[in-house]
Formats: sequence, C-alpha cells, structure tokens
Amino acid sequence: MQVPAPFDYVRATSVAEALQLLERHGEEARLIAGGHSLLPMMKLRLARPDWIIDINDLDELRHVTVDGGLLRVGALTRHADLLDSEEVGRLFPIVHDAERVIADPVVRNRGTIGGSLAQADPAEDLTTVCDVLRAEVVVAGPAGERTVPMAEFHRGPYETACGQNELLVEVRFPVRAGQGSAYEKVERRVGDWAVAAAGAAVVLADDGTIAEAAVGLTALGLEGLATDAAAALVGQRPGEEAFAAAGRLAAEASAPVEDGRGPVDYKRHLADELTRRVMRTAVARAGALTAVPGG
Amino acid sequence: MTTVQDRSAMPQEREPNPALSDPDRPIGYGRVQRKEDPRFIRGRGRYLDDIVLPGMLHGAILRSPVAHARLVSVDTTEALAHPKVRAVVTGKDLEGLNLAWAPTLSADVQAVLATDKVRFQGQEVAFVVADDRYAARDALELIDVEYEDLPPVVDARRALDPGAPVIRDDKEGQTDNHVFDWEAGDAAATDAVFARADVVVSEEVVYPRVHPAPMETCGAIADYEPVEGRLTLYETSQAPHAHRTLFAMVAGIPEHKIRVISPDIGGGFGNKVGIYPGYILAVVGSIVTGRPVKWVEDRSENLMSTSFARDYIMRGEVAATREGKILAVRTTVLADHGAFNATAQPTKYPAGFFSIFTGSYDLEAAHCSVTGVYTNKAPGGVAYACSFRVTEAVYLVERMVDVLAAELAMDPAELRLKNFIRPEQFPYRNKTGWEYDSGDYEPAMRMAMDRIGYADLRREQAERRDRGELMGIGVSFFTETVGAGPRKHMDIVGLGMADGAEVRVHPTGKAVVRLSVQTQGQGHETTFAQILAEELGIPPEDIDVVHGDTDNTPFGLGTYGSRSTPVSGGAVALAARKVKDKARLIAAAMLETRPEDLEWEKGRWFVAGDPTVGKTIAEIALGAHGTVALPEGVDGNLDAEVTYDPPNLTFPFGAYICVVDVDPGTGKVHVRRFVAVDDCGTRINPMIVEGQIHGGLADGVGMALMEFIGFDEQGNCLGGSFMDYLIPTAVEVPDWETGYTVTPSPHHPIGAKGIGESATVGSPPAVVNAVVDALAPFGIRHMDMPCTPARVWAAMQGRPTPPV
Repeated sequence: MQVPAPFDYVRATSVAEALQLLERHGEEARLIAGGHSLLPMMKLRLARPDWIIDINDLDELRHVTVDGGLLRVGALTRHADLLDSEEVGRLFPIVHDAERVIADPVVRNRGTIGGSLAQADPAEDLTTVCDVLRAEVVVAGPAGERTVPMAEFHRGPYETACGQNELLVEVRFPVRAGQGSAYEKVERRVGDWAVAAAGAAVVLADDGTIAEAAVGLTALGLEGLATDAAAALVGQRPGEEAFAAAGRLAAEASAPVEDGRGPVDYKRHLADELTRRVMRTAVARAGALTAVPGG
Repeated sequence: MTTVQDRSAMPQEREPNPALSDPDRPIGYGRVQRKEDPRFIRGRGRYLDDIVLPGMLHGAILRSPVAHARLVSVDTTEALAHPKVRAVVTGKDLEGLNLAWAPTLSADVQAVLATDKVRFQGQEVAFVVADDRYAARDALELIDVEYEDLPPVVDARRALDPGAPVIRDDKEGQTDNHVFDWEAGDAAATDAVFARADVVVSEEVVYPRVHPAPMETCGAIADYEPVEGRLTLYETSQAPHAHRTLFAMVAGIPEHKIRVISPDIGGGFGNKVGIYPGYILAVVGSIVTGRPVKWVEDRSENLMSTSFARDYIMRGEVAATREGKILAVRTTVLADHGAFNATAQPTKYPAGFFSIFTGSYDLEAAHCSVTGVYTNKAPGGVAYACSFRVTEAVYLVERMVDVLAAELAMDPAELRLKNFIRPEQFPYRNKTGWEYDSGDYEPAMRMAMDRIGYADLRREQAERRDRGELMGIGVSFFTETVGAGPRKHMDIVGLGMADGAEVRVHPTGKAVVRLSVQTQGQGHETTFAQILAEELGIPPEDIDVVHGDTDNTPFGLGTYGSRSTPVSGGAVALAARKVKDKARLIAAAMLETRPEDLEWEKGRWFVAGDPTVGKTIAEIALGAHGTVALPEGVDGNLDAEVTYDPPNLTFPFGAYICVVDVDPGTGKVHVRRFVAVDDCGTRINPMIVEGQIHGGLADGVGMALMEFIGFDEQGNCLGGSFMDYLIPTAVEVPDWETGYTVTPSPHHPIGAKGIGESATVGSPPAVVNAVVDALAPFGIRHMDMPCTPARVWAAMQGRPTPPV
C-alpha cells in the first residue's frame, strides 16, 4: 500500500461552501472529485496538499441537459454518465469516441469531466474534444461566475484559467446542425495514457464542401487547435487529398516529445495518420446527418 | 472459451470410476471445483497484510534514489525524534550485528542495508519502525542521507568494458563486473557442423527485463519472543522451509526456534522465492523493539527492488540443410544479473536450465556459452514463471526456427514438423545432456494446426497482403524442463531439491495431507486432495490440505519451476500407497484372512473371489485406531510420510499458434486468436490445468506486447509503477482456445509433468512470431519484445531496434 503524506479533509455541501473552503485553506488546498489523478499523485507523494476539499456531494454540478443551442454538462458529471447519454452520443459522437477510450470502466465510474479539464494533463482526452467542439467552461469564484472559451481556459500542461480560489462548474457545448465529429487514440494498452490522439469536428456546406473544420491533437505538444490543418480543409471537397493535406499540417503543428510511449518521429506520424482518420469519420458522420433531411 | 476434446483420437483423461462417484464430484481426478475458492470468493482469504498481531508495529524502508553512489552519511536524528517512531536501523547498526550482508541464493552476498555504497535505485538504506504505517513512511523523509554520486553501469553490453566502474568493490579480488562464465554442449562438434552446413542464420535476440508483478506485493511480520528466543515469521514465501533454514543460518536463531508461516499468497510467479532485505529487517525490528513488526512493500518497491526476470541478450545461430533439416544450434548469451547475483536456481546451474535451448528438435550438435555481468540494477533474474530460464531458451530457439523458415522460404509449421524428436526416440538425450522423459510432438502440433485452421489462415493472409493488410500467424512449439531435482544434481544453497508429503487418515476415514510446497493461488488444496482421493478413494472434500507452516508440514524446497505436482505430487501418491499397503495388512487382520488374498478397488480392500466381503478405508482407519488386534510390526495408525526425490525432471510440451492483425497506420497489434495445445502428462484437475494455461498465456501476451522494465542512462528505473509497467487486461487478450494431448511421464508415480509455467514459456514466441510474420512484407525477420505500437512502427520503417 502506498501511503500519502499527512493531509486534512473536508467535505463541501454546496458550491458556495466549496468556494469558502478554497478561500480559507489557500494555496495548499486541492479539490477532489473522482480523484483518479490526484490520489495516485498523493500516494506517490508527488502531490502533497494540506487540505482535500471533497466536492462529491455537490449534486447541482451533476447534470447533462440540452438548453437552447447548448449542451450543458455539470462539472461533476462522471465519464460513465456522458457515455450513458444517448443524446450526447447523437449530438457529439466525438464525446463517446473519447469516453470509450478513457481509462477503464472503474475509472469512468468515478472520474469527472470537470476533473479532467481542470487537471489539464497533456495526455488528457476531453481537452481536445472540448477544443474542437469550441466548448466554453463556466468558472465560479468569489466574485460570481464567468464563462471562459476553451481556447482561453486551457493554458498548457497542468495549467488552466481556473484560479486557486475558483471552481469549474459547467462545460457548455454549442449544438451545431449537421456537425460531424470523431476522436481516435493510440495507446499501448487500455487504460494507459495516450501515445497520441486526434479529434476533429466538421460542418459540411450544401454543396458538400467543408464549411467549417476543427482539428485537435492530444499528447502531441500542441496547445489549442491545429488551425493550419483546419484552414486547409475549409472550402475543400472532402476526400483523401484534403485529409492528407490536413494530416501533414497537423503533424507540422505538433511538437511531441520522446517518452516510453514512443519517439518523436512516430508521434508526429500519428498526428498525420490520426488526423486523416478522424477527418474521414467526422465527414462521414456529417454526411450521414446532412443526407437524412436532404433525402 | 473452447476446449478441443477429440476423444477418439486422443489418449483419454482418466475418468473417475462411475460406480464410486457422481461424475460431477469425482473421487480422484476430474473437474473438481476448487476447495479454496469459497473463501477467496467471499473475501475470507487471509493474506499477510490481513494479519494483525497484538502490539504490532510497522516498518518502512528508505531506498536509494540513485543507482550508484558512495554512502557518505546517514543521519537518523530527526526520524528518531518523531513521536511515533520506535526504532531506526541503518547499515552501520547491522554491521554491528554481522547482518549488513546476507547470502543470496547464488553464492553471492546482498546488502540488507547499504553500508559502503548503493548499487541500484531502490536499494535498501535504512529501516524505520513506527506505531503505524503512515508514521513509518513519514519518518523516512526525516532521514538525511548524503550520497556521493558514482557513474552507473546501465548497459550490460558495456559492463565488461575496460575502465567500467566496478560495482562490486565490496568483494575481495573483484576487479570488474564479471559474475560467471558457463557453457554447455560441445563447442568443437557444433562448430564443425556449422562449417559444413548449407545454411546458417544468425540473429541477436533480446529477452528484456520484465517483472512478475504479483497482485500481492511482498511482506513479512516478524514476532520475536525474547524469553524463549522464538521467532514466528509470517512471510509471503513460495518456499517456507527453505526460508526457515536460511534464516537459521543467517540470523543465528536456532532452526527449531523458528516457525515460518506463509499464509494465503496473492500470486508469486517466482517473485516470492528469495529472501528480501525487508524480511530480515522485520526480524531485526522485532528483536530491537520487542514487539511484532509488519513490513509490506508498496507497488513501486515491488517493481523496482524485488526479483526481476529475464534480461538476456542472446546471439542465436542455426545451421541447417537447404531442405530444412536443422543440424545444430549455437548461442552466446550476455546475462544481466543486476547489482547482486541473487538469482534463485540450482547451484550447478548459473544460467538455470537455459541449455534446453535445443528445443523440441533432433539435432546433431549444440553449444551455448553464457556470461553473467553485474549492472547497477535490481538483483534477481530467475522469476516470472520461467522454469529456471527455460523461457529464454524456448524463446531463442523458437524465434530462430522462424528466422530459418524465412531464410529457406519454408512454412514455419512444416519446418518444425520436419525436425521434431520422433516418439520412438524417447527417452531422448539431447546434445547438452538432458534426458527428455517422454513426448509425442506431432499430434499436438497437428491438433493446434487443425484447431486454428492453419491452411485457411495462410490463404486468408495471402489475400489480405494483396490488399495491404498486415496479418500474422505465429507458431511456437516448446518443451519444458520442470520438477527439479533429482537432489544429487540439484540443490539450492546446499539444500537438495526434494519435497515431502505426510498423509494421515483419521479414525473416521477423513484425511489430512501436509505438504512442503506452497500454493500462491494455483489450487493446491484441490489438486493434492484429488491425488490422495485417486489413490485411497477418500472424497476430496473429506481431505484437508495443510501447507505454508513449517511447524505443521514436512521439509521441502517449495513451489517454483512448476515443481509442486511433479515433486510433492509424487510424494503424496507414494505416501498414499504406503497407507494403502498398511491398510491391506490391517484389513486382513480385521477379515481374518491373508493380505495376499485381498484385492483393491478404489477405497476398499476385499476378499478375492468374494467382493462382498471387504473393508473400506474408513473401516480400516477405525480399526487401526481402535481395538483390532494388529499384525506384528504394524502400529496403530494409518499414517505415512514420504520425501520424494525425483529420478529426473519432467518435460511437458505444447504447440501454440497465435493470429494477430497489425494496424499498418499505427503499428498497433491486435491478438485475434490463440490456440494452445498442452501436454502435461496426467491431468489431475483439467479445470485447474486450463486455469494455469490461461494465466500463462496472458503473461505471454503481456511480455510480447508491453511489459518492460527499462532504465535511463542514470540508472533510473522507468518501470516503477503500473502506470509505466504495463500488464495486460482482458481487453488485450483473446478468448483462449485450449486443447490437450496426454503423454504421461514414465518415471513419475502418477505420470504427471507439471503445468504451472508451460504457457508463460511457450506463448511469447508465438505472439512475437506472429507479429514478425505480419511484418514480413517489410522484409522484417526479427524484432524484439515488447511489440508496442511505436516499436512495431519503427520495424515497419526498416528500423527494428533492441529494447536495450
């Protein structure tokens, strides 16, 4: 048994109380939701918070609703909840693609979307998913709530716009008619961190060309979207030639580092390969959506 | 799951006598449900960490953060000031007790706590005893150690370079990192065959460092009673008797005052054979504090400091005719033994049974030479269900046969069939001196090929290749070497490799069998009850199996190298036969007839010619313990004890075929199918046999695809947690398809050969051969494990690289 360093524990009963506790205990306090990143780090004594603030009782943060043009997902929503939601899968198949390859069922039963985004691990999948879906996150703090676009929320490995005295409360995804999306990951084994992954979302124009595109990469050293790859796709007729160009640009935009999962050239190859794959799937899904009403 | 059971074509499993038992509850061999499972399933197993003794304290070990450094000072002042700390032990303290160094199982010494230098990352430096586990761990951070860094030796290939730092400067006269040279076979004869062969293939084949990674890590609870000077030591041990003897030798506590108890063990795979510094430190802690001390390592400690496995860099060569007759195999091996030579293997075999690298083939000549070296890595070497290095040997020869098949453009299954030792050649003496007891290889190979649909798969593969898809079919055929002794040839630190069993039939006809071997989850409580049941006709549920307590079991060397059934199984059968013979004398007295007039049927002696007149074992047992007038020289019990010294090893074998698909864009390997046909001789409990095979196959897929303990240039261990050391899950393995043939061992009392490690030995080459076969369109003939996506992709780019 690996034992963490000493810490104190408190259980919040409301968002307001969680914020007060964060304020009171300051820099050395950490929130815990699913705990699947924090607890292993604590057991290895790589993380040594003085206080653990448990937010698992905050039921108001556990919801999946479509509201106007937005899918609203509470920060405490478990991975398993997202995977169980047919509506999420229908509107955003990329979310189900990613959730299916996040760790294993035991982790998915406890881990939360808010925890994943806030941890901002460079190999974390939902950041890429939220990036390409152009999601926004809602952050609660002492001065109230603010909404932050993903592009501004994620600031680099383990760094976000969420302050020490703030709490991520919701993730909002704009629902886009005719959008197709997809995610694919390579891992050495189920539950391992990604060697690399890519996500894409596209909207097709009436003439079948690509009207909008977003491409994101996971564990490949790219912060935010692969904008050149997306730009090269817009206006193009979907096909292997366009996808190959996007793959090449995504690979160029990537900045992977060598580790036990693979060398740089392999990872850069995966940026290319996986971009082409997710584009194929995303376009096929968008085509299927637009094909239904159009006959 | 599918089981091939073509009974018409096959030797049959021994079925229970239907007149005596319900087929679902055989009295003897058959699919008896595991007697131990109710307690495991209900969470009532009792593992080491479940044991809580009154007043028990907790120990924790401070470990070296660096691979090679001089120990300048160890300051324990602050740790001792911690309010919950009861003792802090350093190497200096142990020096005073003459306990700083302990003998290893390979005639070397190992530091219990470092005194002069640290020699691998994770080496034991100090031991804290505290009121609870948390305080013990906290106090480790209060110990101030000053290290003076030394250059580490990480690459085994550089260990013998002139000027390489000398790791073992503690050893008198040691001026380099050389451990041993060892060879087997006839070098000159082999060279001569190679010189005249049509075809020679050669390849460097690396079996990288892996770890047994049992779910339960290692630990001990020492309870030293100072008034009587008695030590009770609870340990995660696969060999409790050997441990007790060694403790008596090392710690100076007389052997009769030591009791070693090995409770339920959560997996061993060889990891729990050796005596680790933590066990000794728990004893020291208990002596120093006068209280019981528990020490249980955490996952990282287990992966970083306990017995690893493999780490063999092998140059393999095969000589053959153009027609595909294999003539000779030659190999040189560089063996990385880590910082201390602590491998657990018979004394005369520093490379274990690696000389079985001649495999299942009838050769004209063979030779191997093995050089062991020290490096700044954790000690160990023989572990992970390897049958004393048979794993490395089988991997080498089975990989090389595929390399030869590629060179000759022959089908690898056909090439094997062409070269098998033929059934009439058994017992077969190979070119390195082993006598294979029995074998009939072709039927097993044919069964595996039929089962998987070999010809159809080859056709499918050709079609897929035309479409640019990468599909591979991997074949391996292995012969195992298990069940060591005989004791005259095989010992561990002077203790002969024999094992004991004691049988007692109670007055009511129930029985107890006491064993020297120790289960780690493989079902001994069932298997050994079934052996006794088969011999005496007592139902398995009426037989208690006792093991894991030196006070209550006969002496023996323990469970590893697939020894339990071949050795203690033989002892149980022979003890049962002694009981049966004695029962005949007593029955004769009870029936007022002569013993030679009695005949045996399972569970009963009866009068020849009048089967209605007889006595059951239960009646005889009551007679023996009751008032029956016993014949001259027969004492009043139905007990017997045997120490079984096997006349030879046993040689289980099997044919494995694996089918993989490789994603050409990512290099990811998917294991589509795996057929395993095993022959372990007599099958006592086919369900347990299959369970052992399933586990070993999963091990094999894990090693082939992902398991690897790597090190960086500073000697930092890169596999120190399950985040980095990957073991396979149900997702990575297919539904196993198993089949069997039965070729009993001619020299074993019940013809059983052992099955514990067959699948771990046989499956890695099948998987790697399949991956290499899939990559054949890229001109690849060899790639080393682990076949991770990145490494497979590199091979596809024409750059297959060794892992070390």
